[in-house]
Amino acid sequence: MKLSLGPLQYFWPRERTLAFYREAARWPVDIVYLGETVCSKRRELAARDWTALAAELAESGKQVVLSSLALVEAESELGALGRLVEAGGGWIEANDLSAVQLCRLRGVSFVGGPSLNVYNHRALALLMEDGLRRWVPGVEQGEALLRELRAAMLAGGGAMPELEVIAFGRLPLAYSARCFTARALDVAKDQCGFRCIDHPDGLPLATREGRPFLRINGVQVQGEEVTDLGPELPALRALGVDVLRLYPQAEGMAEAVAHFHLARRSPQPPPRIGARNGYWHGGPGMRVDAAS
Amino acid sequence: MQLVCPAGNLPALQAAVDAGADAVYAGLRDQTNARAFPGLNFGDEELRQGIAYAHARGARVYLALNTYPDSARLAQWQAAVDKAAGLGCDAVIVAEMAVLDYAARAHPALPRHLSVQGSATTAPALRYMHERFGIARAVLPRVLSIQQVERLCESAPVPLEVFAFGSLCIMVEGRCQLSSYVTGASPNRHGVCSPAGFVRWEEHADGRRSVRLNRVLIDRFEPAEPAGYPTVCKGRYAVGGETFHALEEPASLNTLELLPRLARAGVAALKIEGRQRGAAYVASVTRTWREALDRYRAAPAQWRPRPGWQSALARHAEGRQTTLGPYHRRWH
Repeated sequence: MKLSLGPLQYFWPRERTLAFYREAARWPVDIVYLGETVCSKRRELAARDWTALAAELAESGKQVVLSSLALVEAESELGALGRLVEAGGGWIEANDLSAVQLCRLRGVSFVGGPSLNVYNHRALALLMEDGLRRWVPGVEQGEALLRELRAAMLAGGGAMPELEVIAFGRLPLAYSARCFTARALDVAKDQCGFRCIDHPDGLPLATREGRPFLRINGVQVQGEEVTDLGPELPALRALGVDVLRLYPQAEGMAEAVAHFHLARRSPQPPPRIGARNGYWHGGPGMRVDAAS
Repeated sequence: MQLVCPAGNLPALQAAVDAGADAVYAGLRDQTNARAFPGLNFGDEELRQGIAYAHARGARVYLALNTYPDSARLAQWQAAVDKAAGLGCDAVIVAEMAVLDYAARAHPALPRHLSVQGSATTAPALRYMHERFGIARAVLPRVLSIQQVERLCESAPVPLEVFAFGSLCIMVEGRCQLSSYVTGASPNRHGVCSPAGFVRWEEHADGRRSVRLNRVLIDRFEPAEPAGYPTVCKGRYAVGGETFHALEEPASLNTLELLPRLARAGVAALKIEGRQRGAAYVASVTRTWREALDRYRAAPAQWRPRPGWQSALARHAEGRQTTLGPYHRRWH
């Protein structure tokens, strides 16, 4: 089983980002996803910085995948996407249909990212015709759905692509044209001052009775809980999961990687280090039983 | 521009047709559509009657099959496509690739519209759906500004339909998991958002009310304060020490004043949201937009939004508030 570092969903200062990936080059991860998936205005790293970083990480033996934006609206974003596909040199994580189309036209292999909306084997097979080689299911696609999908794919004589599951991190739940960070700070999106940079793990949102609930991350909304599928490793193995995705968090990432590295080589499932991912078990994503 | 109106049931369909809808959109009584609410939607016989009623009056009927089937349930969605073709629907509104692919192969003559739930926001995304599955039209997610809609009309490979009025999803449609994060039931998989079975209202001794979704507090209201339906995105939360509508306040989209720009941009159809609303809503909102569109067609240069139209629409808006939503840059 391989380990991947998912794309950095937050906006960190340039030096912090570079230091993070310099460190990651020494971690036992096999795949690193690079690039901005949430907001095209976040430009602490320019395209050439990401490319340079990609080269360095590849030299350290990592497979590098360049990730695309989940929500593409502006012409400038489409232009950047075109350059990403051209410059990819290897793999692209396609996080919306615009990226799928560009990869398809240029014959570039891609990873189907979690915001692509693939729920059944037929959709997956269609995308494989277009160049999908690895698939990261969305947050809602739990164990039962994946088991049925895989069985239907194999029964139809098809083969599964590489399967990568989000094993650690805050789940991306929604995207909007609106920037919720700008709204919370009472500034216009067009004059946001890039204030996301002050919130390296997103901006916490709590219910009116003080229960931590969601994280605001620019135009993205995440769940509050850092989910952890470590204890479900036996089920993941049985499903043929090839890659465990770990989403970068501001603190403790080296320890999380070490934890999953140990876990993947052990026959025993590891102890839980994050929250139970309810989606995996077919229920609500968050823990609701302990609500007051 | 065509006026496409919601039909949650047969009376609403008839009300929409009578009030001047060019087309109505409806769903079956199961999870194949994104308004799978109890007591709503059409059985086979009602759909047959509805189609006959609409066709006799020159209106079209589109069947919304716009949720995402998992492998085990794909056959049910395919059967729904067969039903749409068999009953004589004028188009199916589909979000999901496998369903689109099936419809294109099994019923190539039945037009396929890409649902708003398909999350296609750019020309390449629309070209993908057009080249792969031959979509004849696409409904745009409510994320683009009016300038972006205008540009997309120029580059899109198919005619575009945009939302004109109704409840406002503020997240990219098809990409919102807030409901399932809290309840396990989602728009994509189950055709529901914040389903009523998970909603619990609490009356407090001092007259205040709280509303919870699967035990998670969505909002609290003062005694006289109006309270809307508790979707996660329209609750009040604490962020950075302040409590407010952190994602969106309850308000409805109303693009009436943009009508000339949408027409000049070449938008093919205006969509009214609200299959979950009653026949009275459908009749009133459809009549207002019909009149506005007819006046525009008769004399585009003289067209102005009339205060009477705006107040008629505001009466049906969430919290009686309307917004231009994402069409207006300031909303972002």
